Amino acid sequence: MIPGSFSYHRPASVADAVKLLSDLGEDARPLAGGHSLVPMMKLRLATPAHLVDLHGIAALKGISRDGNNLVIGAMTTQHELLASDEVAKAMPIMHEAALLIADPQVRYRGTIGGNVANGDPGNDMPALMMTLGATYRLEGASGARDVPAADFYQGAYFTALEPGEILTSVSVPVPATGHGYAYEKLKRKVGDYATAAAAVVLTLAGGKVATCSIGLTNVHETPLLAADAAKVVIGTSLDAATLKKAAVAAEAIMAPAADARGPVEYRKHVGGIMVTRALQRAAAVAK
Amino acid sequence: MAKTHVTMKVNGAEVEGLVEPRTLLVHFIRENLQMTGTHIGCETTHCGACTVDIDGMSVKSCTMFAVQAEGSDITTIEGMANADGTLSALQEGFRMMHGLQCGFCTPGMIVRAHRLLKENPSPSEPEIRMGISGNICRCTGYQNIVKAIQYAAAKINGVEFREAAE
Repeated sequence: MIPGSFSYHRPASVADAVKLLSDLGEDARPLAGGHSLVPMMKLRLATPAHLVDLHGIAALKGISRDGNNLVIGAMTTQHELLASDEVAKAMPIMHEAALLIADPQVRYRGTIGGNVANGDPGNDMPALMMTLGATYRLEGASGARDVPAADFYQGAYFTALEPGEILTSVSVPVPATGHGYAYEKLKRKVGDYATAAAAVVLTLAGGKVATCSIGLTNVHETPLLAADAAKVVIGTSLDAATLKKAAVAAEAIMAPAADARGPVEYRKHVGGIMVTRALQRAAAVAK
Repeated sequence: MAKTHVTMKVNGAEVEGLVEPRTLLVHFIRENLQMTGTHIGCETTHCGACTVDIDGMSVKSCTMFAVQAEGSDITTIEGMANADGTLSALQEGFRMMHGLQCGFCTPGMIVRAHRLLKENPSPSEPEIRMGISGNICRCTGYQNIVKAIQYAAAKINGVEFREAAE
């Protein structure tokens, strides 16, 4: 399996990359970790005439603190996220989720920018970013703009990115001290995409849920925020009846495709279970 | 498509070649460099038989273009032996513990385990299993592969290797 022919470009700056992508038009694709794009190219499901490799752009790498936000360069790899003490301390759910992405070799190459910008409903980071209230910085020929993760996903592989734009960084608000978190992912085997997955970040006050955010992976053509399900649990101590109601509310917005991972009914059912488990575990973690 | 001149270091030696941009690194290694220890298994980034070590990372060389490896430092299974030609601790472990059956996955397993032990010289059994989760053995299983890596870790750390009770 060898990809079709293409021209290879390796710009050294964001400005050069943006210029190349806007000059070359729709036949050009940015190349980040390549672990979604290259397999698609080998299957000839993607046939870009030009690849603009972002690996030579130092400004796209690294993790820094900006006030209450962690700003993560788009070319930061899952492996680097896992190695980051800052990530492990400030938002351990990101560490937990990164560890569930594919396998070690893929995590050395796979980047956060590629994961969130590709628009693949199976990717784990997008729902997590929505749950955490992250914002994406998009840079194009006419400058930079910031788009909330919750507004970025419009359909499968269809995002707010305009032609010629690249996603350069992700800015994630650090959750409250003592927050509870969990990313529950059901998958068939190591390395697989989720059959269904749920991310929960919550805080407790006096034993009851004070704030809660729930994200869903791979149960719709886009990642989802389960706002109604989150509303259901606020003010409760997550008793069995509330957990059941939250799962039902989350299942109500799921519309997964039937695929090798199971029929629609099954994927919604286990999606509800992932929500229940994530809520329970997040509450147990919360201080 | 015009070919591009690439140079990189493979197993300590400077190498060069002419490649199309679409040439996958695994093909460059196997066909241009005639180093066929790096295997092509699934071609879909799942099986890990093509794993090589690039600049301190385990990488599936079927999912990277040779042009992307320009200037990098690569180690393949051919570079895993000790400098004097004797088997490295990992190679010896795979031999002693019968960590292979058909041997097809073995180069990728050893190259991956090499990086795993560099990052974590004393991995627990679950850490070993997680560490090689990107490498598939289709013969029989992972028990002896795990033992082989435990053997190598013990040898590298200068402690006596003891098999866990069954």
